[in-house]
Amino acid sequence: MAGKTLYDKLWDSHLVKERDDGTALIYIDRQLLHEVTSPQAFEGLRISGRQPWRRDANLAVPDHNVPTTLKERQLGLDGIVDPVSKTQVLTLDNNCKEFDLLEFDMNDRRQGIVHVVGPEQGATLPGMTIVCGDSHTSTHGALGALAHGIGTSEVEHVLATQCLIQNKMKNMLIRIDGKLNVGVTPKDVVLAIIGKIGTAGGTGYAVEFGGDVIVNMSMEGRMTVCNMAIEAGARAGLIAVDQSTIDYVKGRPFSPAGNDWDAAVAQWQQLHSDDDAVFDATIELKGEDIKPQVSWGTSPEMVLPIDGNVPDPTQESDPTKRDSIERALQYMGLQAGQAIGDIKLDKVFIGSCTNGRIEDLRAAAKVVEGHRVADNIKLALVVPGSGLVKEQAEKEGLHKIFTAAGLEWREPGCSMCLAMNADQLGDGEHCASTSNRNFEGRQGFGGRTHLVSPQMAAAAAINGRFVDVRDILKEGA
Amino acid sequence: MEKFTAVEGIVAPLNRANVDTDMIIPKQFLKSIKRSGFGPNLFDELRYLDRGEPDKDCTGRPLNKEFMLNQPRYANATVLLSRQNFGCGSSREHAPWALDDYGFRVIIASSFADIFFNNCFKNGILPIVLDEAVIDALFAEVESTEGYQLTVDLQTQQISKPDGSVIAFEVDAFRKHCLLNGLDDIGLTLQDDELIKGFETKWQQNAPWLFNAGQ
Ligand code: SF4
Repeated sequence: MAGKTLYDKLWDSHLVKERDDGTALIYIDRQLLHEVTSPQAFEGLRISGRQPWRRDANLAVPDHNVPTTLKERQLGLDGIVDPVSKTQVLTLDNNCKEFDLLEFDMNDRRQGIVHVVGPEQGATLPGMTIVCGDSHTSTHGALGALAHGIGTSEVEHVLATQCLIQNKMKNMLIRIDGKLNVGVTPKDVVLAIIGKIGTAGGTGYAVEFGGDVIVNMSMEGRMTVCNMAIEAGARAGLIAVDQSTIDYVKGRPFSPAGNDWDAAVAQWQQLHSDDDAVFDATIELKGEDIKPQVSWGTSPEMVLPIDGNVPDPTQESDPTKRDSIERALQYMGLQAGQAIGDIKLDKVFIGSCTNGRIEDLRAAAKVVEGHRVADNIKLALVVPGSGLVKEQAEKEGLHKIFTAAGLEWREPGCSMCLAMNADQLGDGEHCASTSNRNFEGRQGFGGRTHLVSPQMAAAAAINGRFVDVRDILKEGA
Repeated sequence: MEKFTAVEGIVAPLNRANVDTDMIIPKQFLKSIKRSGFGPNLFDELRYLDRGEPDKDCTGRPLNKEFMLNQPRYANATVLLSRQNFGCGSSREHAPWALDDYGFRVIIASSFADIFFNNCFKNGILPIVLDEAVIDALFAEVESTEGYQLTVDLQTQQISKPDGSVIAFEVDAFRKHCLLNGLDDIGLTLQDDELIKGFETKWQQNAPWLFNAGQ
């Protein structure tokens, strides 16, 4: 009999019941909650007179709507100008109180983007099943956990039953072998993958990332890769547990300690696909081939290497594709064939659950150190992914490097990743962004998003346009 | 979820096809943090002459007297009669939440949009598909008879008319079971609560660190 994939192992260990209708009940170890997708779930509990099945399995944190300037933040809830945003944050506070769930509220120093906070606290552990009413829950797969984004009805279902109704997915392996060149980051790896397989390439699959590049990647880098698995269509991304995973988890507030630690490590060491496991699909990339990436269009698969040129629809024979290229060019205000380096930029955003961790900030700071933001850049924001990331960055003096260069240093939250708070793009503005989605209007009405790595965003900030960060890092070396 | 066995009630006729979810509950109400309280805004644009806003009190708003729900003879209706492709549009559950909150338990139409149809069952509403000709006859009878009532019996799958005649209807056996027993997805899963508890106990022995964290 063939061996098991990591996904198979996680599925089997959490299978409560296979049901007659072909679905299965999967036990959930951790539910992360935020203010946007949870209110109706809590109300559903109230209406039906139900209680959470297991309180200690839940952890809540407001992130999408919180303001990111210090001034607003110090005002607490009153600092949130938009009434809908404010109600959502307040409702989360009240629901957590009513149902007695642990919440890091808006001004808790541990507050941050839910996908940054989970791993940082050890609330995300290897071997867990994790859900959150948010598609980027795939992030947590970087620790060898099975993590799904779910809808609001499912949030309520998990609150009430500690189980999720699921159909088993197929297995896909994406191998990235070889080595990455200097200046090429995990973000470039995942953008290159999406560029290759498309935004539906992983649909219906649990995608495991493997190969030398992943093995040698930091834990935070792995989180960046798994974070964007959903942009490749995969609800869950996965990476095998190895020594890096175990070292990362050790000593965090929610992590096991003492005897539990040894028992946990022994179990976690099994969390990898067996050598003879069979995948339904395998995709291979070479690390050396990957260059810094820049998205040019309105879907993450519309991405090019930095030395590329925006596509020309007349060269495309497939009419549907031609059409979508034309529409994207029009929305983005770009000319067919235009060089990526010629795109005029207005704003820069460094942050989000994709690239708002300490390593991201360090990498960006290294590039801007000793430089100034270019004149055409109206706003360059650096938004740490959590309060603890912010503290660490300040301890290292990164905030001084950013502010000296003319970037703004903000309080933690989702911020301009989806512009639910006041941080937004204006109509027609181009932004170099380290976030994960470049859909129409995502960062503000009419806003034009270009997805890049933190280094590339930093280099764009000081040059006013996209440049190849490899050249800068070479000079600096 | 409330159990559904039989409903005897006034029938409200919404004589148009392609009633979409935006018509059922306009999109400005989707931003709410609630799933209850949508009843006063059900069919908001048809029911009122001004524009509805999420926080606006509906009691003093100018009513569209023409709209059937504003006519006294259809007050307290629990059965909604409409035409083909009822519930097309958005997948969000606000539309069934609004119908349920208003008090409708049964919707009769010649066809339904797929997602809406499923969402009805999840929220304790019985959608019934009948032939166009039967629907035509029902509209004629409802509109000409004040106080027209139907009795809908899920167990026997029959609708009884005031004149004593009956109309049979189809319903998926699994969904019928769920409605009769008041089982939504959660209720259904909770039927396996012993199984879940058993799993949990074993799992806790196996990985106790997953159970003592965080509090
Ligand atoms: S940072 Fe962006 S993608 Fe991540 S959780 Fe927040 S809004 Fe969603």
